[in-house]
Amino acid sequence: MSLDPRVNRLKLGDPNAVIKVEEGENWNVYEVFHQEKRGAHHEHVGCVHAPDPQMALIFAKEQFARRKKCVNLWVVKSADILAFDVEDEDMFANNLEKTYRDASGFKVMEKINKFKQSSKGTTDVK
Amino acid sequence: MYGGGYIFEEPNNRQVREEKIHDEPEKLAAFEDRIARGEKIEPGDWMPAEYRRQLIRLIEQHAHSEIIGALPEGTWITRAPGFKRKLALIAKVQDEIGHGQLLYNAAETLGKTREAMINDLLSGKSKYSNVFNYPAKTWADVTVIGFLIDAAAIVNQVANSKGSYGPYCRALERICYEESFHLKQGHDAFIELATGTPAQREMLQDALNRWWKPIMHFFGPPDKTSQHSEKLMQWKVKMASNDDMRNQFLDMYVPKIWELGLTLPDPLLRKNAETGRWEYSDPDWDEFFRVINGGGPCNEERLQVRKWAEEHGRWVRKALMKPTEKHTLPVA
Repeated sequence: MSLDPRVNRLKLGDPNAVIKVEEGENWNVYEVFHQEKRGAHHEHVGCVHAPDPQMALIFAKEQFARRKKCVNLWVVKSADILAFDVEDEDMFANNLEKTYRDASGFKVMEKINKFKQSSKGTTDVK
Repeated sequence: MYGGGYIFEEPNNRQVREEKIHDEPEKLAAFEDRIARGEKIEPGDWMPAEYRRQLIRLIEQHAHSEIIGALPEGTWITRAPGFKRKLALIAKVQDEIGHGQLLYNAAETLGKTREAMINDLLSGKSKYSNVFNYPAKTWADVTVIGFLIDAAAIVNQVANSKGSYGPYCRALERICYEESFHLKQGHDAFIELATGTPAQREMLQDALNRWWKPIMHFFGPPDKTSQHSEKLMQWKVKMASNDDMRNQFLDMYVPKIWELGLTLPDPLLRKNAETGRWEYSDPDWDEFFRVINGGGPCNEERLQVRKWAEEHGRWVRKALMKPTEKHTLPVA
Protein backbone atom coordinates (compact mmCIF):
# COMPACT_ATOMS: atom_id res chain seq x y z
CA MET A 1 0.00 0.00 0.00
CA SER A 2 1.27 3.44 -0.90
CA LEU A 3 0.73 6.56 1.20
CA ASP A 4 -0.53 8.14 -1.99
CA PRO A 5 -4.13 7.23 -2.83
CA ARG A 6 -3.49 8.17 -6.46
CA VAL A 7 -0.69 5.63 -6.64
CA ASN A 8 -2.94 2.97 -5.17
CA ARG A 9 -5.53 3.67 -7.84
CA LEU A 10 -2.95 3.20 -10.63
CA LYS A 11 -2.76 -0.58 -10.22
CA LEU A 12 0.98 -0.63 -10.70
CA GLY A 13 2.42 -3.48 -12.71
CA ASP A 14 4.92 -6.15 -11.83
CA PRO A 15 7.94 -4.48 -10.18
CA ASN A 16 10.26 -6.78 -12.12
CA ALA A 17 8.71 -5.98 -15.51
CA VAL A 18 11.17 -4.51 -17.99
CA ILE A 19 9.90 -1.26 -19.47
CA LYS A 20 12.05 0.11 -22.28
CA VAL A 21 11.74 3.43 -24.04
CA GLU A 22 12.56 3.25 -27.73
CA GLU A 23 15.12 5.49 -29.32
CA GLY A 24 13.31 8.54 -30.73
CA GLU A 25 10.24 7.96 -28.60
CA ASN A 26 11.00 11.17 -26.79
CA TRP A 27 10.98 12.94 -30.10
CA ASN A 28 13.43 15.46 -31.39
CA VAL A 29 15.25 18.45 -29.97
CA TYR A 30 14.27 22.07 -30.61
CA GLU A 31 16.30 25.07 -29.50
CA VAL A 32 14.25 27.80 -27.79
CA PHE A 33 14.70 31.58 -28.12
CA HIS A 34 12.97 33.87 -25.66
CA GLN A 35 11.98 37.49 -26.20
CA GLU A 36 11.58 39.36 -22.95
CA LYS A 37 9.94 42.49 -24.27
CA ARG A 38 8.73 43.85 -27.56
CA GLY A 39 11.65 45.27 -29.47
CA ALA A 40 14.30 43.17 -27.70
CA HIS A 41 16.34 40.40 -29.29
CA HIS A 42 15.24 36.80 -28.99
CA GLU A 43 17.80 35.08 -26.78
CA HIS A 44 18.69 31.42 -26.68
CA VAL A 45 17.52 29.91 -23.37
CA GLY A 46 17.68 26.14 -23.85
CA CYS A 47 15.81 23.39 -25.63
CA VAL A 48 12.79 21.10 -25.50
CA HIS A 49 11.91 17.69 -26.89
CA ALA A 50 8.90 17.70 -29.18
CA PRO A 51 7.44 15.82 -32.14
CA ASP A 52 6.99 18.94 -34.29
CA PRO A 53 7.51 22.73 -34.15
CA GLN A 54 3.96 23.50 -32.95
CA MET A 55 4.30 21.17 -29.98
CA ALA A 56 7.80 22.53 -29.37
CA LEU A 57 6.27 26.01 -28.98
CA ILE A 58 3.72 24.72 -26.48
CA PHE A 59 6.38 22.95 -24.41
CA ALA A 60 8.70 25.97 -24.67
CA LYS A 61 5.97 28.21 -23.26
CA GLU A 62 5.48 25.82 -20.36
CA GLN A 63 9.21 25.42 -19.73
CA PHE A 64 10.67 28.88 -20.35
CA ALA A 65 7.81 31.37 -19.99
CA ARG A 66 6.03 30.29 -16.84
CA ARG A 67 7.72 32.80 -14.58
CA LYS A 68 9.71 35.66 -16.04
CA LYS A 69 8.30 38.14 -18.50
CA CYS A 70 7.97 36.90 -22.06
CA VAL A 71 6.24 38.30 -25.12
CA ASN A 72 7.34 35.83 -27.77
CA LEU A 73 9.23 32.58 -28.34
CA TRP A 74 10.99 31.05 -31.33
CA VAL A 75 11.77 27.38 -31.76
CA VAL A 76 14.09 25.85 -34.31
CA LYS A 77 15.17 22.28 -34.75
CA SER A 78 18.65 21.76 -33.29
CA ALA A 79 19.59 19.95 -36.50
CA ASP A 80 19.04 23.16 -38.47
CA ILE A 81 21.51 25.23 -36.52
CA LEU A 82 24.75 25.80 -38.36
CA ALA A 83 27.70 26.91 -36.28
CA PHE A 84 31.44 27.28 -36.62
CA ASP A 85 33.56 24.57 -35.18
CA VAL A 86 34.53 25.62 -31.67
CA GLU A 87 38.11 24.71 -32.44
CA ASP A 88 38.21 27.51 -35.02
CA GLU A 89 37.55 30.26 -32.51
CA ASP A 90 40.96 31.81 -33.24
CA MET A 91 39.60 33.17 -36.51
CA PHE A 92 37.64 35.70 -34.48
CA ALA A 93 40.80 37.06 -32.92
CA ASN A 94 40.92 40.82 -33.44
CA ASN A 95 43.64 42.71 -35.18
CA LEU A 96 44.51 45.25 -32.51
CA GLU A 97 44.99 48.02 -35.09
CA LYS A 98 41.33 48.57 -35.98
CA THR A 99 40.92 52.23 -35.09
CA TYR A 100 39.49 52.79 -38.59
CA ARG A 101 36.44 50.77 -37.40
CA ASP A 102 35.95 52.71 -34.18
CA ALA A 103 34.39 56.07 -33.50
CA SER A 104 37.43 56.88 -31.39
CA GLY A 105 39.65 56.52 -34.44
CA PHE A 106 38.41 59.82 -35.90
CA LYS A 107 39.55 62.98 -34.12
CA VAL A 108 37.53 65.84 -35.61
CA MET A 109 37.63 68.06 -32.52
CA GLU A 110 41.40 68.40 -32.73
CA LYS A 111 41.13 69.75 -36.23
CA ILE A 112 38.25 72.04 -35.37
CA ASN A 113 40.10 73.50 -32.39
CA LYS A 114 43.25 73.94 -34.41
CA PHE A 115 41.27 75.66 -37.11
CA LYS A 116 39.56 77.99 -34.62
CA GLN A 117 42.88 78.99 -33.11
CA SER A 118 44.44 79.77 -36.46
CA SER A 119 44.06 83.31 -37.80
CA LYS A 120 41.64 82.16 -40.48
CA GLY A 121 39.32 80.63 -37.89
CA THR A 122 39.28 83.61 -35.48
CA THR A 123 38.54 86.17 -38.17
CA ASP A 124 35.67 84.06 -39.61
CA VAL A 125 33.93 83.62 -36.24
CA LYS A 126 34.11 87.30 -35.39
CA MET B 1 36.70 25.05 -41.35
CA TYR B 2 32.99 24.34 -41.53
CA GLY B 3 33.44 20.67 -40.97
CA GLY B 4 34.09 18.99 -37.70
CA GLY B 5 31.90 18.12 -34.84
CA TYR B 6 29.77 21.16 -34.21
CA ILE B 7 27.56 21.26 -37.27
CA PHE B 8 24.17 19.65 -37.39
CA GLU B 9 23.30 19.69 -41.05
CA GLU B 10 22.58 16.03 -41.05
CA PRO B 11 20.51 14.88 -38.12
CA ASN B 12 23.08 15.34 -35.55
CA ASN B 13 26.20 13.83 -36.70
CA ARG B 14 28.40 15.24 -34.03
CA GLN B 15 30.69 12.45 -33.07
CA VAL B 16 31.04 11.76 -29.47
CA ARG B 17 34.77 11.71 -29.34
CA GLU B 18 35.90 8.97 -27.06
CA GLU B 19 39.24 10.43 -26.16
CA LYS B 20 41.55 8.61 -23.84
CA ILE B 21 43.45 10.72 -21.36
CA HIS B 22 46.84 9.36 -22.27
CA ASP B 23 46.32 9.43 -26.01
CA GLU B 24 46.66 13.15 -26.42
CA PRO B 25 48.73 14.72 -23.67
CA GLU B 26 48.93 18.08 -25.48
CA LYS B 27 45.16 18.37 -25.79
CA LEU B 28 44.74 17.31 -22.20
CA ALA B 29 47.18 20.00 -21.05
CA ALA B 30 45.35 22.66 -23.10
CA PHE B 31 42.02 21.44 -21.69
CA GLU B 32 43.26 21.61 -18.11
CA ASP B 33 44.78 25.06 -18.68
CA ARG B 34 41.49 26.32 -20.01
CA ILE B 35 39.66 25.08 -16.89
CA ALA B 36 42.34 26.50 -14.61
CA ARG B 37 41.83 29.91 -16.29
CA GLY B 38 38.13 29.67 -15.40
CA GLU B 39 36.90 29.17 -18.97
CA LYS B 40 33.89 26.98 -19.69
CA ILE B 41 33.96 23.78 -21.73
CA GLU B 42 31.30 23.59 -24.46
CA PRO B 43 29.76 20.54 -26.19
CA GLY B 44 31.95 20.61 -29.31
CA ASP B 45 35.21 20.99 -27.39
CA TRP B 46 37.77 18.26 -27.00
CA MET B 47 37.42 16.68 -23.58
CA PRO B 48 38.91 13.60 -21.92
CA ALA B 49 36.62 10.56 -22.01
CA GLU B 50 36.70 10.38 -18.22
CA TYR B 51 35.50 14.00 -17.94
CA ARG B 52 32.60 13.22 -20.29
CA ARG B 53 31.74 10.02 -18.44
CA GLN B 54 31.76 11.63 -15.01
CA LEU B 55 29.71 14.62 -16.17
CA ILE B 56 27.06 12.41 -17.78
CA ARG B 57 26.86 10.42 -14.55
CA LEU B 58 26.56 13.58 -12.45
CA ILE B 59 24.04 15.47 -14.60
CA GLU B 60 21.95 12.41 -15.36
CA GLN B 61 21.61 11.54 -11.67
CA HIS B 62 20.74 15.13 -10.94
CA ALA B 63 18.01 15.00 -13.61
CA HIS B 64 16.57 11.73 -12.25
CA SER B 65 16.54 13.24 -8.75
CA GLU B 66 14.42 16.16 -9.92
CA ILE B 67 11.89 13.84 -11.56
CA ILE B 68 11.71 11.27 -8.73
CA GLY B 69 11.83 14.05 -6.12
CA ALA B 70 8.53 15.35 -7.43
CA LEU B 71 6.79 12.11 -6.37
CA PRO B 72 6.86 12.33 -2.55
CA GLU B 73 5.77 15.98 -2.71
CA GLY B 74 3.22 15.40 -5.46
CA THR B 75 1.52 12.97 -3.05
CA TRP B 76 0.52 15.96 -0.93
CA ILE B 77 -0.90 18.26 -3.61
CA THR B 78 -4.44 16.95 -3.10
CA ARG B 79 -4.13 17.28 0.66
CA ALA B 80 -2.20 20.52 1.04
CA PRO B 81 -3.69 22.66 3.83
CA GLY B 82 -5.32 25.59 2.11
CA PHE B 83 -5.46 27.06 -1.36
CA LYS B 84 -2.25 29.09 -1.22
CA ARG B 85 -0.18 26.10 -0.05
CA LYS B 86 -1.75 23.98 -2.77
CA LEU B 87 -0.93 26.51 -5.49
CA ALA B 88 2.64 26.85 -4.24
CA LEU B 89 3.11 23.08 -4.10
CA ILE B 90 1.76 22.59 -7.61
CA ALA B 91 4.12 25.30 -8.86
CA LYS B 92 7.08 23.74 -7.06
CA VAL B 93 6.39 20.25 -8.38
CA GLN B 94 6.03 21.65 -11.89
CA ASP B 95 9.37 23.45 -11.47
CA GLU B 96 11.07 20.22 -10.40
CA ILE B 97 9.88 18.43 -13.53
CA GLY B 98 11.08 21.41 -15.57
CA HIS B 99 14.48 21.15 -13.89
CA GLY B 100 14.61 17.50 -14.84
CA GLN B 101 14.04 18.48 -18.49
CA LEU B 102 16.75 21.16 -18.39
CA LEU B 103 19.21 18.71 -16.90
CA TYR B 104 18.39 15.87 -19.31
CA ASN B 105 19.11 18.34 -22.12
CA ALA B 106 22.44 19.33 -20.58
CA ALA B 107 23.41 15.66 -20.22
CA GLU B 108 22.32 14.97 -23.80
CA THR B 109 24.82 17.50 -25.15
CA LEU B 110 27.47 15.05 -23.95
CA GLY B 111 26.15 12.32 -26.22
CA LYS B 112 23.83 10.11 -24.16
CA THR B 113 20.25 10.13 -25.44
CA ARG B 114 17.32 10.83 -23.16
CA GLU B 115 15.86 7.41 -23.89
CA ALA B 116 19.07 5.75 -22.74
CA MET B 117 18.99 7.79 -19.53
CA ILE B 118 15.36 6.92 -18.82
CA ASN B 119 16.03 3.26 -19.53
CA ASP B 120 18.94 3.26 -17.08
CA LEU B 121 16.70 4.87 -14.46
CA LEU B 122 13.92 2.30 -14.98
CA SER B 123 16.30 -0.66 -14.88
CA GLY B 124 17.85 0.60 -11.63
CA LYS B 125 21.28 1.04 -13.23
CA SER B 126 21.28 4.79 -12.80
CA LYS B 127 20.75 6.28 -9.35
CA TYR B 128 18.95 9.33 -8.01
CA SER B 129 19.18 11.19 -4.73
CA ASN B 130 18.75 8.81 -1.84
CA VAL B 131 16.40 11.06 0.15
CA PHE B 132 13.55 10.35 -2.25
CA ASN B 133 13.48 6.71 -1.25
CA TYR B 134 11.86 7.79 2.03
CA PRO B 135 8.13 8.47 2.40
CA ALA B 136 6.45 11.81 3.12
CA LYS B 137 4.10 10.57 5.84
CA THR B 138 2.54 13.83 6.98
CA TRP B 139 2.24 17.45 5.81
CA ALA B 140 5.14 18.24 8.15
CA ASP B 141 7.34 15.96 6.00
CA VAL B 142 6.53 18.15 3.00
CA THR B 143 7.63 21.24 4.91
CA VAL B 144 10.87 19.52 5.99
CA ILE B 145 11.56 18.53 2.37
CA GLY B 146 10.66 21.97 1.05
CA PHE B 147 12.82 23.74 3.61
CA LEU B 148 15.79 21.49 4.42
CA ILE B 149 16.15 19.18 1.41
CA ASP B 150 15.80 22.12 -0.93
CA ALA B 151 18.28 24.10 1.16
CA ALA B 152 20.76 21.24 0.93
CA ALA B 153 20.16 20.98 -2.81
CA ILE B 154 20.84 24.70 -3.19
CA VAL B 155 24.17 24.41 -1.36
CA ASN B 156 25.12 21.68 -3.84
CA GLN B 157 23.73 23.42 -6.93
CA VAL B 158 25.23 26.82 -6.23
CA ALA B 159 28.62 25.11 -5.90
CA ASN B 160 28.11 23.14 -9.12
CA SER B 161 26.92 26.20 -11.07
CA LYS B 162 30.51 27.49 -10.90
CA GLY B 163 31.79 24.31 -12.53
CA SER B 164 33.51 23.94 -15.88
CA TYR B 165 30.81 22.55 -18.20
CA GLY B 166 28.86 25.37 -19.90
CA PRO B 167 25.48 23.68 -20.52
CA TYR B 168 25.30 22.37 -16.94
CA CYS B 169 26.17 25.79 -15.48
CA ARG B 170 23.52 27.51 -17.60
CA ALA B 171 20.86 24.98 -16.55
CA LEU B 172 21.85 25.41 -12.90
CA GLU B 173 21.65 29.17 -13.07
CA ARG B 174 17.99 28.95 -14.05
CA ILE B 175 17.38 26.19 -11.53
CA CYS B 176 18.93 28.08 -8.61
CA TYR B 177 16.81 31.10 -9.41
CA GLU B 178 13.64 29.01 -9.17
CA GLU B 179 14.83 27.06 -6.14
CA SER B 180 15.00 30.26 -4.12
CA PHE B 181 11.18 30.33 -4.25
CA HIS B 182 11.06 26.64 -3.21
CA LEU B 183 13.23 27.31 -0.19
CA LYS B 184 11.22 30.36 0.83
CA GLN B 185 7.86 28.66 0.57
CA GLY B 186 9.26 25.63 2.43
CA HIS B 187 10.66 27.82 5.18
CA ASP B 188 7.35 29.66 5.46
CA ALA B 189 5.36 26.41 5.81
CA PHE B 190 7.96 25.06 8.30
CA ILE B 191 7.77 28.21 10.44
CA GLU B 192 3.98 28.08 10.41
CA LEU B 193 4.06 24.63 12.02
CA ALA B 194 6.94 25.52 14.34
CA THR B 195 5.10 28.55 15.72
CA GLY B 196 1.70 26.85 15.73
CA THR B 197 -0.27 24.65 18.14
CA PRO B 198 1.39 21.94 20.28
CA ALA B 199 0.01 19.33 17.90
CA GLN B 200 1.59 21.09 14.90
CA ARG B 201 4.94 21.38 16.68
CA GLU B 202 4.81 17.73 17.63
CA MET B 203 4.10 16.73 14.05
CA LEU B 204 7.03 18.84 12.84
CA GLN B 205 9.40 17.46 15.46
CA ASP B 206 8.43 13.93 14.47
CA ALA B 207 9.11 14.67 10.79
CA LEU B 208 12.48 16.26 11.65
CA ASN B 209 13.46 13.18 13.67
CA ARG B 210 12.66 10.90 10.76
CA TRP B 211 14.35 13.06 8.09
CA TRP B 212 17.54 13.93 9.92
CA LYS B 213 19.42 10.79 8.91
CA PRO B 214 18.55 11.06 5.20
CA ILE B 215 19.51 14.76 5.34
CA MET B 216 22.91 13.88 6.83
CA HIS B 217 23.30 11.34 4.01
CA PHE B 218 22.39 13.94 1.38
CA PHE B 219 25.90 15.14 0.54
CA GLY B 220 27.28 11.62 0.28
CA PRO B 221 29.87 9.60 2.19
CA PRO B 222 32.66 11.30 4.16
CA ASP B 223 35.67 12.58 2.23
CA LYS B 224 38.00 9.96 3.65
CA THR B 225 36.04 7.21 1.86
CA SER B 226 35.23 8.82 -1.46
CA GLN B 227 37.37 7.90 -4.42
CA HIS B 228 39.00 9.82 -7.26
CA SER B 229 37.60 13.19 -6.26
CA GLU B 230 40.92 15.00 -6.67
CA LYS B 231 40.85 14.83 -10.47
CA LEU B 232 37.17 15.79 -10.50
CA MET B 233 37.92 18.84 -8.38
CA GLN B 234 40.77 19.85 -10.69
CA TRP B 235 38.42 19.53 -13.68
CA LYS B 236 35.75 21.50 -11.81
CA VAL B 237 33.22 18.71 -12.13
CA LYS B 238 33.04 18.52 -8.36
CA MET B 239 33.29 21.96 -6.78
CA ALA B 240 33.37 21.18 -3.09
CA SER B 241 33.98 18.06 -1.03
CA ASN B 242 31.06 16.17 0.55
CA ASP B 243 32.17 17.06 4.07
CA ASP B 244 32.66 20.75 3.21
CA MET B 245 29.18 21.02 1.73
CA ARG B 246 27.66 19.18 4.69
CA ASN B 247 29.48 21.53 7.04
CA GLN B 248 28.25 24.58 5.15
CA PHE B 249 24.68 23.28 5.30
CA LEU B 250 24.86 22.58 9.05
CA ASP B 251 26.34 26.03 9.61
CA MET B 252 23.50 27.73 7.80
CA TYR B 253 20.51 25.68 8.92
CA VAL B 254 21.04 24.03 12.33
CA PRO B 255 20.80 27.42 14.10
CA LYS B 256 17.56 28.13 12.21
CA ILE B 257 16.09 24.88 13.58
CA TRP B 258 17.38 25.31 17.13
CA GLU B 259 16.15 28.89 17.43
CA LEU B 260 12.60 27.59 17.08
CA GLY B 261 13.06 25.34 20.12
CA LEU B 262 13.08 22.22 17.97
CA THR B 263 15.64 19.46 18.51
CA LEU B 264 17.69 17.26 16.22
CA PRO B 265 18.04 13.55 17.00
CA ASP B 266 21.81 13.55 17.43
CA PRO B 267 23.20 14.14 20.95
CA LEU B 268 26.72 14.68 19.56
CA LEU B 269 25.73 17.40 17.10
CA ARG B 270 27.63 20.60 17.93
CA LYS B 271 29.90 23.14 16.37
CA ASN B 272 33.50 22.91 17.49
CA ALA B 273 34.41 26.49 18.27
CA GLU B 274 38.12 25.85 17.72
CA THR B 275 38.01 24.16 14.33
CA GLY B 276 34.84 25.90 13.12
CA ARG B 277 33.61 22.48 11.95
CA TRP B 278 30.47 20.64 12.95
CA GLU B 279 30.76 17.36 14.82
CA TYR B 280 28.09 14.69 14.62
CA SER B 281 27.48 10.97 15.18
CA ASP B 282 28.14 8.58 12.36
CA PRO B 283 24.91 8.76 10.35
CA ASP B 284 24.90 5.04 9.53
CA TRP B 285 26.50 4.82 6.11
CA ASP B 286 25.54 1.16 5.85
CA GLU B 287 21.93 2.23 5.68
CA PHE B 288 22.83 4.80 3.02
CA PHE B 289 24.35 2.12 0.78
CA ARG B 290 21.55 -0.33 1.49
CA VAL B 291 18.90 2.21 0.49
CA ILE B 292 20.73 3.43 -2.60
CA ASN B 293 21.00 -0.14 -3.79
CA GLY B 294 17.26 -0.68 -3.64
CA GLY B 295 16.62 -1.50 0.01
CA GLY B 296 14.81 1.69 1.04
CA PRO B 297 11.15 1.97 2.01
CA CYS B 298 10.07 3.59 -1.28
CA ASN B 299 12.57 2.52 -3.98
CA GLU B 300 10.20 0.03 -5.54
CA GLU B 301 7.19 2.33 -5.56
CA ARG B 302 9.13 5.25 -7.07
CA LEU B 303 10.41 3.19 -9.99
CA GLN B 304 7.06 1.49 -10.48
CA VAL B 305 5.31 4.84 -10.78
CA ARG B 306 7.91 5.98 -13.36
CA LYS B 307 7.46 2.72 -15.28
CA TRP B 308 3.69 3.15 -15.19
CA ALA B 309 4.04 6.66 -16.63
CA GLU B 310 6.35 5.52 -19.43
CA GLU B 311 4.15 2.57 -20.29
CA HIS B 312 0.85 4.45 -20.26
CA GLY B 313 2.19 7.49 -22.06
CA ARG B 314 3.72 5.43 -24.83
CA TRP B 315 0.68 5.47 -27.15
CA VAL B 316 0.62 9.28 -27.08
CA ARG B 317 4.34 9.56 -27.83
CA LYS B 318 4.07 6.96 -30.56
CA ALA B 319 1.06 8.59 -32.20
CA LEU B 320 3.07 11.81 -32.55
CA MET B 321 6.38 10.17 -33.41
CA LYS B 322 7.91 10.82 -36.82
CA PRO B 323 9.46 7.48 -37.71
CA THR B 324 11.54 8.88 -40.56
CA GLU B 325 13.14 11.57 -38.48
CA LYS B 326 16.59 10.97 -37.09
CA HIS B 327 17.44 12.04 -33.61
CA THR B 328 19.47 15.15 -32.82
CA LEU B 329 21.41 16.24 -29.78
CA PRO B 330 20.89 19.72 -28.31
CA VAL B 331 23.31 22.41 -29.51
CA ALA B 332 24.19 23.97 -26.19
